[in-house]
Amino acid sequence: MLMLGALCGHICSFLTRFRRTLRIVRRILGIVSERTIVSLIFLCGVSAVIFVFGIFFFVFREGAPFLRHGFDAKEFFLSPDWYPTSATNKRYGILAQLIGTGTVTLVAMLVAVPFSLGAGIFIAEFCGKKAREVMKILIELLAAIPSVVWGFIGLMVMNPLIIKLTGAPIGLNVLNAGVIVGLMSVPIIVTIAEDAIRAVPDTYIEAAEALGATRWQLVRKVILPAAKSGLLAAVLLGVGRAVGETMAVLMCTGHSINIPFDGKAPFFHVLDSVRTLTATIAAEMGEAPRLGANTDGTFPPEALHYQALFVIGIVLFAVTFVINVTADLIVKGIRKRK
Amino acid sequence: MKNIDNTKNLFAATELINKKLRAQRIVKWIFGAMSITILIPLVALTTCLIIRAWPSLTWDFITDVPKQGMRSGGIWSALVGTMYTVTFSLLVAVPVGVMAGIYLNEYARDNWFTRIVNLAVVNLAGVPSIVHALFGLGAFVVFAGLGKSILSASLTLAIMTLPVIIVSTKEALFAVPVTFRMACWNLGASRWQTIRTIVLPNSIGGILTGIILQVCRAAGETAPIMFTGAVFFKAVQRGDLFPYKPTEQFMALSYHLHTISTQVPGVPESMLYATAVVLLGFVLAFNAIAIVLRTRIRNRKKW
Repeated sequence: MLMLGALCGHICSFLTRFRRTLRIVRRILGIVSERTIVSLIFLCGVSAVIFVFGIFFFVFREGAPFLRHGFDAKEFFLSPDWYPTSATNKRYGILAQLIGTGTVTLVAMLVAVPFSLGAGIFIAEFCGKKAREVMKILIELLAAIPSVVWGFIGLMVMNPLIIKLTGAPIGLNVLNAGVIVGLMSVPIIVTIAEDAIRAVPDTYIEAAEALGATRWQLVRKVILPAAKSGLLAAVLLGVGRAVGETMAVLMCTGHSINIPFDGKAPFFHVLDSVRTLTATIAAEMGEAPRLGANTDGTFPPEALHYQALFVIGIVLFAVTFVINVTADLIVKGIRKRK
Repeated sequence: MKNIDNTKNLFAATELINKKLRAQRIVKWIFGAMSITILIPLVALTTCLIIRAWPSLTWDFITDVPKQGMRSGGIWSALVGTMYTVTFSLLVAVPVGVMAGIYLNEYARDNWFTRIVNLAVVNLAGVPSIVHALFGLGAFVVFAGLGKSILSASLTLAIMTLPVIIVSTKEALFAVPVTFRMACWNLGASRWQTIRTIVLPNSIGGILTGIILQVCRAAGETAPIMFTGAVFFKAVQRGDLFPYKPTEQFMALSYHLHTISTQVPGVPESMLYATAVVLLGFVLAFNAIAIVLRTRIRNRKKW
């Protein structure tokens, strides 16, 4: 009994002490002047700007020596010869990778755009509230699948499927990567397209309905023309996503330097293996050593590979920057009009 | 009698209306079918992966370390490595992201500067993951001298996933009615006091959703950790919860999936699938939690 009482006393005193400590902590928190916190918040607020500049700065910093020493823009962009590790004649031309990225993006958009816009219209205009909720959740889950899992699916599921269906010798090609990347960019296109359609002012819709238009006439004659630029922004963001995709295309394109065009009949061979800009960086950075400059400021020829990969990074950064800013300006323009 | 018939006919559907309605129905079916088509892969692929992974999906697979050059054993070392990077990236991204969200919604005025900040957030989300990887390599591994380590990889992931937290925090704060803030200001509270006592407690659910989505994103990314710290193999004790030091290189689940499916010949197929399923399951489970949380908040709103 006595012990129990003592224990209670202990607990009580501990609790009061604890409360007192809490009060002191709280007072200290209050004393930390509002100005400090506000400036901290401001610093974090502008951190995004700092990071975007940081990305550009550091990628540029590593790639700069390549641009300074013997950089030939014409050769870099217009030559398909990419032999960064050749012993005698190192050449850095990214035309094949540019075309690879372009063709994969093209096929991806051919797959994704019609289906995504159709789904966006369906979700925004044709289906009930419950169905809309379910669809949006499923699309969100589709967006959550990691790109390496998509790549794995391309490698293990799509690859044998394409070989079986088309008789191609290898299933890792433009078609495979295009379908996979297309599926990956579906969620962003659907989401932005749906937003754009819903942003069409109600008055437009009411006017059309008052004239006796059916849903389809309404969509075709009123909503689609009014939401045109928003849909364009959605497609642009999808393109941005497809251009920047790395792991999936690394695993699905077959990774061979090859231009899938020639003068013969179908001109564009969708069953050819290609290589993209992103995959080149991902595959080769591990083997490209970062070498310092010699005492006289020149770089050994082996150092150029690493720097060239960073220059490809700058190209990618620039392309996606332009795409994103354009899409953002279009979306902002719509919002302002509303 | 004839008169009544006439009125009936007046409101009956004409041939033209029937045609229009038929067109609408067909279009609705087409668009519906399109929506279903894009969702089929989600269901079909998950089922396919799980079926093929089934023989290897055991508790032992999760808690065992890779053996015999990754051809048997489990994925424990990679799983723990992923948890490490996710935790460290959370520690960095959450404070910065939440405060950035607070700045953008509570303090920023509607001017050119705020527009630039917003544009930067959009761009940060749109920069390809491989460029983030190059940035991490240039900034953290080389410039800051952290070397290839968990720290470098986590910082890279944190910056990459920052927009997720910023955007969801902004939206959560935006959902708190202005009247709440006004009431608090009228009691003499300062801006920060209002945020701390009124705005944040009322938006904590939305912020939490953003954090969970950040976890998903960070766990699934492969490209940013490839050159900033992930390694092919690292010896770890079975079931060891703290096998890595923050300055060491590590194994990660996403990178592990990439290496065993492209660079190690002779790995049993069901093991490959099981690794993919564990990664996919992890990400989808966290996403589902975020979705449930968001729906509950939306339904329970007091205002």
